[in-house]
Amino acid sequence: MGLIEIRWHGRGGQGVVTASELFAEASMLEGNYIQAFPEFGPERMGAPIKAFTRISEAPITIHSHVYTPDIVVVLDPTLLGQVNVTEGLSDDGIILVNYSKDLESLKKILKFKGKVYALDATKLALEKIGRPVANTSCAGALVKITGLVGIDNFLAATVEKFKEKLPEKAVLANKEAIMAAYNGVEQ
Amino acid sequence: MKMVLSGNEAAAYASMIARAEVIPAYPITPQTKIVEKIADLIADGKFNTQFIKMESEHSAMAAAISASLVGARTFTATSSQGLLLMHEMLHWASGSRTPVVMVNINRAIAPPWNVWADQSDSIAQRDTGWIQFYCESCQEVMDTTIQLYKICEDNDVLLPAMLSEDAFYLSHTSEPVDMPDQDAVDTFLGKFDPPYKLDVENPHSFGSLSMPHQWYMEFRYKIALAMEEARKKIVEVDREYGKIFGRSYGGMLDLYRCDDADIVLVAAGSMSSTIRVVVDELRENGAKVGFARLRVFRPFPAEEFRSLAAKVGTICVLDRSFCFGYEGAFFTEIKAALYGIDNPPLVRGYVIGIGGRDVTRNSLINIINDSNNPEIKGPVDTWVDLKRC
Repeated sequence: MGLIEIRWHGRGGQGVVTASELFAEASMLEGNYIQAFPEFGPERMGAPIKAFTRISEAPITIHSHVYTPDIVVVLDPTLLGQVNVTEGLSDDGIILVNYSKDLESLKKILKFKGKVYALDATKLALEKIGRPVANTSCAGALVKITGLVGIDNFLAATVEKFKEKLPEKAVLANKEAIMAAYNGVEQ
Repeated sequence: MKMVLSGNEAAAYASMIARAEVIPAYPITPQTKIVEKIADLIADGKFNTQFIKMESEHSAMAAAISASLVGARTFTATSSQGLLLMHEMLHWASGSRTPVVMVNINRAIAPPWNVWADQSDSIAQRDTGWIQFYCESCQEVMDTTIQLYKICEDNDVLLPAMLSEDAFYLSHTSEPVDMPDQDAVDTFLGKFDPPYKLDVENPHSFGSLSMPHQWYMEFRYKIALAMEEARKKIVEVDREYGKIFGRSYGGMLDLYRCDDADIVLVAAGSMSSTIRVVVDELRENGAKVGFARLRVFRPFPAEEFRSLAAKVGTICVLDRSFCFGYEGAFFTEIKAALYGIDNPPLVRGYVIGIGGRDVTRNSLINIINDSNNPEIKGPVDTWVDLKRC
């Protein structure tokens, strides 16, 4: 595995930065080098924001922005048409969108030639967590799609990240949402 | 213990593992997370320290100096406008010979408002008598903060030190960071035990009047001598730290693939790691390029630059700040350090990344290509990636 760059799109308050960190932390459990950082700037509730994850088997010695991601994840479908989510993504890249309608309509909107995946992560989050927070579900789906991280390590990283911040019940709900996304993502 | 930490969090944990006893601070973007994380660590019962939320940065530094004078190990953190507000007190800290350790997040100065990476804030404090370090990674922030207590609290040094890390590129970027064991750090640092301190049982006067015929000039001379001692101590401590903890950072000037280099880039801060990537790439294509990272700006590594200059043809100096009316500070100082040597290299100056503008691979390749451009006459700064204006 060379250097992999992931760009996460969402809105302030949706856990975009958390998702970027969580994926990185899970990858670190597998012995990889990682970096996770938000788009540099003011973060306002509801405003479009980005975050980034870099993972690599070799030490990461770069501190400039990500311009040509290998993978893009869109946590909020209302960004489609508002933000150019495929910017810099090459045709052999991957995009995963939190999207409730059929895959063909998503492909039409994106006009992207590479691999497109859809997951109704908001619905899933409402069912499992009780709140429309799609970050952990989307990250769980990405585990399945890319195989970059083992699901066991991803769940372990999730527990580690949330155990001091969330009640035990909420941590379990997030784990369930991740597993449901892992098993339910479609191409 | 291996953790994933941002540069801000690494600084907060480092203050804990170094057992800072008093932390007066005032929050400012993008340093805020340092203050928040320290508050968390205290609330969780992990960090036993006296945290004082001050009403301004000027007061924060005044409190830090006072705490240090009674013999407490002291930490604080700030950025940009906050550092500028401290300016008067920075002189007071070095004049009082208080080894306060401070993390500064390098952020641009307003107006216009800009909270992104730019080293003008710390460069403007060059002459305050503070030791100045610039870090490249979150791990180095952790390790250097610990090293600084060892350097500054040495009785031959007793000067304050400022560790700078770039806004967002380090302050908000999460990376794997290994926090050394508490016992090992305790042994490494020992207790802060200054020879003179504010003590009701053994009174001394600090900061009193010294007239022209008395000792003021000698006090200043002693600071100059202490800076020279710091020079040796910085190299020693980095070497010792490497032996104990397995990581060291090149002492004063961190040389990367410079041995047979024709062209060497010089820079400080987070762009260093991007430069390393470019150097590796060009080396694979046979270009003899190297990199010298300015880890310490005060005391200035003049001797290290003279040794380097004897071996290379061209030095390209990258400044993430500018001193209006002249040049980038690194550019000016490196040229001055090389005055009078035999066969000096060509030295070129580049102003780059001002106000957080991204320093990319392409910007760096352009600089290296430009360094042989015969149309550039004499040592003048080139502003990189400027838009038409």
